[in-house]
Amino acid sequence: MTEPEDELAKLHARQYWRANLRLLGLLMSVWFMVSFGAGILFRDFLDQFMIGGFPLGFWFAQQGSIYVFIALIFYYSWKMHHIEQHYHLDDDDEVED
Amino acid sequence: MSTQTLIYIFVGLSFALYIGIAIASRVSSTSEFYVAGGHVNPVVNGMATAADWMSAASFISMAGLIAFLGYDGSVYLMGWTGGYVMLALLLAPYLRKFGQFTVPDFIGTRYYSKWARTVAVICLIFISFTYIAGQMRGVGIVFSRFLDVQVEIGVIIGMGIVFIYAVMGGMKGITYTQVAQYCVLIFAYLVPAIFISILITGNPVPQLGLGSIVNDGSGLYVLQKLDQSLVMMGFGPYTDGSKSMIDVFCITAALMIGTAGLPHVIVRFFTVPKASDARRSAGYALIFIALLYTTAPAVAGFARINFNETVHQTSYQDAPVWFTNWEANNLIAWTDKNGDGRMQLAAGNAFDAAPEFSEERGASGERVVITPPDNSNANEVYVDRDIMVLANPEIAALPGWVIALVAAGGLAAALSTAAGLLLVISTAVSHDLLKSTFRPGISEKGELRAARIAATAAIVVAGILGIYPPGWVAQVVAFAFGLAAASLFPAIFMGIFSKRMNKEGAIAGMVTGLGFTFLYIAYFKLWEPRLNNAENWLFGISPEGIGVIGMLLNFAVAIAVARRTSAPPPEVDVLVEQIRVPRGVKPNALPSH
Repeated sequence: MTEPEDELAKLHARQYWRANLRLLGLLMSVWFMVSFGAGILFRDFLDQFMIGGFPLGFWFAQQGSIYVFIALIFYYSWKMHHIEQHYHLDDDDEVED
Repeated sequence: MSTQTLIYIFVGLSFALYIGIAIASRVSSTSEFYVAGGHVNPVVNGMATAADWMSAASFISMAGLIAFLGYDGSVYLMGWTGGYVMLALLLAPYLRKFGQFTVPDFIGTRYYSKWARTVAVICLIFISFTYIAGQMRGVGIVFSRFLDVQVEIGVIIGMGIVFIYAVMGGMKGITYTQVAQYCVLIFAYLVPAIFISILITGNPVPQLGLGSIVNDGSGLYVLQKLDQSLVMMGFGPYTDGSKSMIDVFCITAALMIGTAGLPHVIVRFFTVPKASDARRSAGYALIFIALLYTTAPAVAGFARINFNETVHQTSYQDAPVWFTNWEANNLIAWTDKNGDGRMQLAAGNAFDAAPEFSEERGASGERVVITPPDNSNANEVYVDRDIMVLANPEIAALPGWVIALVAAGGLAAALSTAAGLLLVISTAVSHDLLKSTFRPGISEKGELRAARIAATAAIVVAGILGIYPPGWVAQVVAFAFGLAAASLFPAIFMGIFSKRMNKEGAIAGMVTGLGFTFLYIAYFKLWEPRLNNAENWLFGISPEGIGVIGMLLNFAVAIAVARRTSAPPPEVDVLVEQIRVPRGVKPNALPSH
């Protein structure tokens, strides 16, 4: 392995990690907003709106946050795979160890 | 066929199924025993994770708790599912890439220290045994109420079943048994929920039923009706909590972070083939979990409506059969405070403490309670919240086979979690203590034998905890989550996201977080239970939520100590870089655009 190629690989690994952290920051903010935000901190405000027979804050606390959580995990899984392919860091052809 | 016969058939068939699977998946290597060889399909693993994670507490207790807590019960729903997001995003893929067997493995290697590993093992064993004791109580309740056998025999039968498939099949046996158990438990949870949702609202989807109009002609939504009837009885409205916002916030956070730090859940992500599979598997697990967790609040709301309507102002002589059945099991009690022969529900405790019964019968034929009634309020009925899910089909007068199904489901939930915990304990002993710390020269065969002996010993201890539940068990469930949040989670998290974190920092952090959380919970739960109220709590945070403060202390101490001590050796730097990417960096590859 030559020096410049090694440097390039390291650069890619660093860029990949930064992209990962950015994505994590975004998704964890959503995670915080639907549970701690909508379900707890802003519940009283949201409860003045109704979704079906649910006060909105109550709905987020007992239903909505969970649905968003599932979406977050699958989005992360999909998006990360994208980023990894971009930097050729995916484990698609990895053999089982 | 009588309901009793149906219960025997359902439970018997489910047990036969678990044993059959165990025989089909015997193992011969430590890798199969610890992590099922590391090649479980992510969807299958998701299902097994869901069964592993959803314990007797989720199946039996949670909806009952929500039924009586209303909005405050949301802490369990958000806490226990939100932790999965943290697990899937922040921990699981990296730990899978790391590619060893256990959580202490990771902490020991990342912090290049046997001490760090040993502290992790201690946390892990403490967390797991606390948790297992709760499962055994669940098994005991189901057996004594539904199968009419003594709790002792029930626990021994349960332990026998777990012994067969955990000791023989290890993680492989447990994984496939848990898949079967998931199917049994989710079916058992959904069927009565759907029935009851149709009965009350006409909507077959319980998640929507809770937001629908009650079909009693009142034109009210389910939640409005609940709020109204509870306020009339002197309770607060169902959709309003009584806990302070900071406490709800901290309990939710402690449960979330605790979930992400629970070793028996983390270890499930060591069983899939690749890091990317670990990410996806957590998503599938959460779907399978959400099926139950989004149904639970509906079950809770419906159960509270049915409970109020069938019990409040009913004379004891006309009390439904389920009421007297659970009374016979010491889990319901009634005292006629105003002497009118009718049962009144109101805010407050019916008795000064959990009721103890005498052999006598009272004026209306009720069991006489020795414990003095609490005359500061008008509430006459004591009900153990753990019975709500189990009694629900009876309260709604559903057919016998639904009741039998729920009994089998409760057992499936308790046994699947108990098995996962036992495996984590036995792995900690045979792998982390024996192989990695005290006897590195041990052969694979010897290690496997040690793992089986450790699993057997753990089953015996768990069985004893189930038969003679120490008084503190129910008091310290908060321990498991609080300690996982305050000790294991920060150590793992910083191990991945901070290259600078060294062994001094990690150990100091774990010990601080663990010590603080332990002392705070022990002080309020064991030493001075009478002081356990909001006035005495630190910042108004209850022992259930204090794990968050423990975690913050852990982070603060770890970072402060790491700054003042030397950086970790270069090989740790390399290790962290390796676990951060799903595969080794290919130097010749270029970005694709």
